Amino acid sequence: MMNTIFQKNGGVRLLLQGNEAIARGALESGVMFCAGYPGNPSSEIIETLAEAAKTLPLYVEWSVNEKVAIEAATAASFAGCRALVSMKQNGVNVASDFLTNLTLSGTHAGIVLITCDDPSGISSTNEEDARWFAKLADIPLLEPATPQEALDMMRMAFDLSEQIKNIVMFRSVSRLSHTRSDVVIHHLPEISSRAFFNIRQSFHTFPVVAKHKQRHEKLNQAGDQFEISEYNTYTGPEHPELIVITSGCVYMYVKEAIDMLHLNENIGILKIATTWPLPKAFIIKHLQRSNRFLFVEEVDPFLEENIQVLYATAAGQLGIKTFFGKSSGHIPFCGELTPSIVLDCLASLFNIKRPEIQFQTHALTLIQDITPLREFGFCPGCPHRGSYYAIKTALLWDNRDGFVSGDIGCYTMGIWPTGFNQVKSVHAMGSGMGLACGYGKLDRFGFQQPVITVCGDSTFFHAAIPALINAKFNQADAFLVVLDNNATAMTGFQPHPGTSHTVMGNKTEPVDIEAICRAMNIPVSVADPYEMLETTKVVYRMLQECGVRVLILRRKCALIQNKEGGFPYTMKVDIHRCRGESCGCNRYCNRIFRCPGLIWDENAKKALIDEVICVGCGICAEICPQQAIIRL
Amino acid sequence: MLFNLIITGVGGQGNVLASQIVGRTAVKKGMRVTIGETFGLSQRGGPVMSHIRLSDHGQTGPLIPPCGAHIILGLEPMETLRIVPSYGNQHTIYIVNSRPIYPLNVIAGEVVYPDLQTIQNVLTTISGRLYWIEATKHALQLGPAILMNMIMLGALCAIDSFPLNRKDFDAVLPDIFPATKCKLNHEALAIGERLIQSDRISFD
Ligand code: SF4
Ligand code: SF4
Repeated sequence: MMNTIFQKNGGVRLLLQGNEAIARGALESGVMFCAGYPGNPSSEIIETLAEAAKTLPLYVEWSVNEKVAIEAATAASFAGCRALVSMKQNGVNVASDFLTNLTLSGTHAGIVLITCDDPSGISSTNEEDARWFAKLADIPLLEPATPQEALDMMRMAFDLSEQIKNIVMFRSVSRLSHTRSDVVIHHLPEISSRAFFNIRQSFHTFPVVAKHKQRHEKLNQAGDQFEISEYNTYTGPEHPELIVITSGCVYMYVKEAIDMLHLNENIGILKIATTWPLPKAFIIKHLQRSNRFLFVEEVDPFLEENIQVLYATAAGQLGIKTFFGKSSGHIPFCGELTPSIVLDCLASLFNIKRPEIQFQTHALTLIQDITPLREFGFCPGCPHRGSYYAIKTALLWDNRDGFVSGDIGCYTMGIWPTGFNQVKSVHAMGSGMGLACGYGKLDRFGFQQPVITVCGDSTFFHAAIPALINAKFNQADAFLVVLDNNATAMTGFQPHPGTSHTVMGNKTEPVDIEAICRAMNIPVSVADPYEMLETTKVVYRMLQECGVRVLILRRKCALIQNKEGGFPYTMKVDIHRCRGESCGCNRYCNRIFRCPGLIWDENAKKALIDEVICVGCGICAEICPQQAIIRL
Repeated sequence: MLFNLIITGVGGQGNVLASQIVGRTAVKKGMRVTIGETFGLSQRGGPVMSHIRLSDHGQTGPLIPPCGAHIILGLEPMETLRIVPSYGNQHTIYIVNSRPIYPLNVIAGEVVYPDLQTIQNVLTTISGRLYWIEATKHALQLGPAILMNMIMLGALCAIDSFPLNRKDFDAVLPDIFPATKCKLNHEALAIGERLIQSDRISFD
C-alpha cells in the first residue's frame, strides 16, 4: 500500500508541506476537534485535517470567522477533547478578544492556537508579528524551524496545554507553512475519550486579579519546562567570536550562511524554539560564551528585545555584551528575511567579501532595464473584472467623484489597474462596510460623493453583517455591493456559509445573503457581472437612491468554473474590424480592460486572443466599440 | 551531494505540481528533499518560484542561497531572466520554455516585453549552457497547454548532472495522476527528453 499522510503506522519518511506536517502532528497528538478560518498561509492545515476526517474520528470545520473558530474549539477543550484552531496572523486579531479572556479562565483538554504569520505580506494586508499576543496574554509560544520540528513540536504543544490547563500558541510563517520536505511520521494513537463537561468545574475570569496571578504561575510552569526542551539548542565553538540568536525557519539560513562563509570556528548558533516565556537560565548560560550577539528573527525584534531585558537582569554577573540586530541596523526591521540578507550581515560583521557579488552586479546590468515587473491581475474570466468595469463606468456616468471602499479578498486588487484603480481603501475583514457607515453620515458636513462598498461573499459572513446592521440602525446612506463568486477564492476555494457544503463534505442549507438583507428590510438587487452593460445600469440606478441598499453581483469564480466544465466561447479578434492603435486613444481593450487573455500582436498591430490564456468567458466582446472581438 | 534546482514561471503553469513530482521522486530514491514554494498571489498570474533542494546528507533550508542554482527550469522566458542575478552563476544550466505569458502592463503597452533573442543572448553569455525549447508548442500538439510542465520535467531529467532520470519520474506518475491521465504525461516526459537530446546533437 502507498504511504500516506493519514496512515496509522509511523516510522516512514514522507514529503510533507509544513502545514501538512502540523496537521499530522496534531493527529499524532490525538486531536479531536479542529476549527479555523481560511487565510494564506494557514489554510492547508484545516484542509488536510478535513481530508483526515474522512477516515479518522475527528471533527473539522471552517468557522464563520476566527473568533467563532477559537470559541468552538475551546468548547471541545472544556469537554475534555483535544482541540486545535488555526488562522493567519490577522485572524489572531479577530480571535484576540476571546483569547485574552480565555487565558484567564484556563482550559481543560489540550488546545493549541496555530498562527501562520506572513512576513512581507506575500498574501496579506500586513506583516504583523502575532508573537506579541503570547506576551500580551501570557501564552506559552512555540516556534518550529523545519517541517519535521513542526510535526514533532505539536505533541509538545498539546501536552503542555493539558498540563498547565491553558491554551498554547504555535507559530509558523509562510516560508515554513509552504515548504515541503521529507518528514518522518509517528504512530497515530487510538482515540478513546468521550466528550463530557464536568459541571463541578467552571471557566470564567473572576476574580480577575487572582486569575491573572494564576495565569502567571502557569506561564512560569511552562518556562520551567522550556529550560530543558530538546528543541532549544546551542551549536558551535565553546567560546565563539559571535553567537547568532535565532528562531523559526530563518535558523536554516543562518546555519547555511555560516557554512558558506567558512565561519564555523568563529560563530555559534543559539536556536530558541520556545520563544515565550524565555528559557531564562538556558539563555543566560549561553550568554556567558561570547561578548557579541546577533539576533536573526522574523518579523519584529521579539527575542531581541526580550533577551536584552533578560540580560539587564544579569548584567552584573555577565559583564558588558554587544548586541546586533534590527535595532543596530544590521538586520532589516521590515520584510521577510532571506539567505542573502543573512549572508550580507555576517559577511559585513566579519569583513568578508562575498565572491558572488561580482556575478550579481554583472547580471543585473544585463537584465535590469529589460525586465519589467509583472503586474498582478484578476484571472482570465474573473467576474471581478466585469464588476469593477461596471462600477467604474457607473461612477463615470454619475460624475460626482464617487469611489469604492474595499475589503479583503481577490477583489482587493481593485486598488490596482486590473480593477481600474477604483478601490480607495482596504484594511481588515468587513472594514469596507464599517467605513461606509461613517461616509454615510457625512452629508451634514457637506459630503456629497457617492461611495460604493464592495465585499466578497465569505467576507460578508465573516464581519460585514454587524456593520450592515449598524448602517441600518443609524440610517447611514450606504451602498453595499456583494461580489458573490460562491467561494473564498483568494485562499483556495474553501466553502463558507453561503455555499452548500461543509469542509467535511456534508451538504448544508446555504445561508442566503438576500434573505439576510430582506430580514432587515434593506432593498436588495441581483445582477450578473458578465452582463457588464446591464450591471452598469443597475449600479447607476442604485447610486441615485438613498439609505442602505445592497446589490449582489453573482457569478462563480473563474477558476471554479474552469474545474466545473469551463466556459462556452472560443474567442477571436476580427482583424479587419480591430482599429488597433487608433482605437479609443490607442488599443482600448488592451490598455483599459487588461485581461491577460487579450493580448497585442506586435506584427499585425491588432488585438489578439492568447489561446493558451483565454478561458472563453466572452465578456470582452462587450467592451470593443468596433465589435471586433467575437464569440465563436 | 547537494543539488539546487529552481522552477520558475507564473501562476497557472503547473509549477507547484512539477516541483512536487521532483520532490516525491527524490524521496522515493532515498534523498533528503526541501522545496521552498512561493504562492502568494500566484493564482492571479503573479510570478511563482519553487526552490528544490536534493541532498544525500542533512536537511537544507527552504531557500537556495544567492547564486546557488545548478539548474534553472524556466517555464516562462521573462521570469527566467528575472532571477538570473539572484540565483544564477557562471555554471548554471538553463532550460527555458520559449513561450511568453504577457504581463498586463505589457499588454496595456506601458512597458515592453524583452525581445526573445535578447533573452537567449543574455542567458547564453552568462550561463553554463542554455536549452531553449518550444515546450508549450509541443504541449499543444499533444493535448492541453498545461502538459508543458511535464515536457519541461522530461527535459530536466535528460541533463546528465541532474540526479534523477526519466525512469524515476515515470515510476512516480501513477502515485500522482489518475490512471487515465498517466499515458499522456509519460508521453510528455519523453518528448521533453528528446528535445534536449536533439538540441545536444545539433549543438555538438
Ligand atoms: S481566483 Fe477567482 S475570484 Fe480570484 S481572481 Fe481568480 S477568478 Fe477572480
Ligand atoms: S473571453 Fe475575453 S475577457 Fe474572457 S478570458 Fe478570454 S480574453 Fe479574457
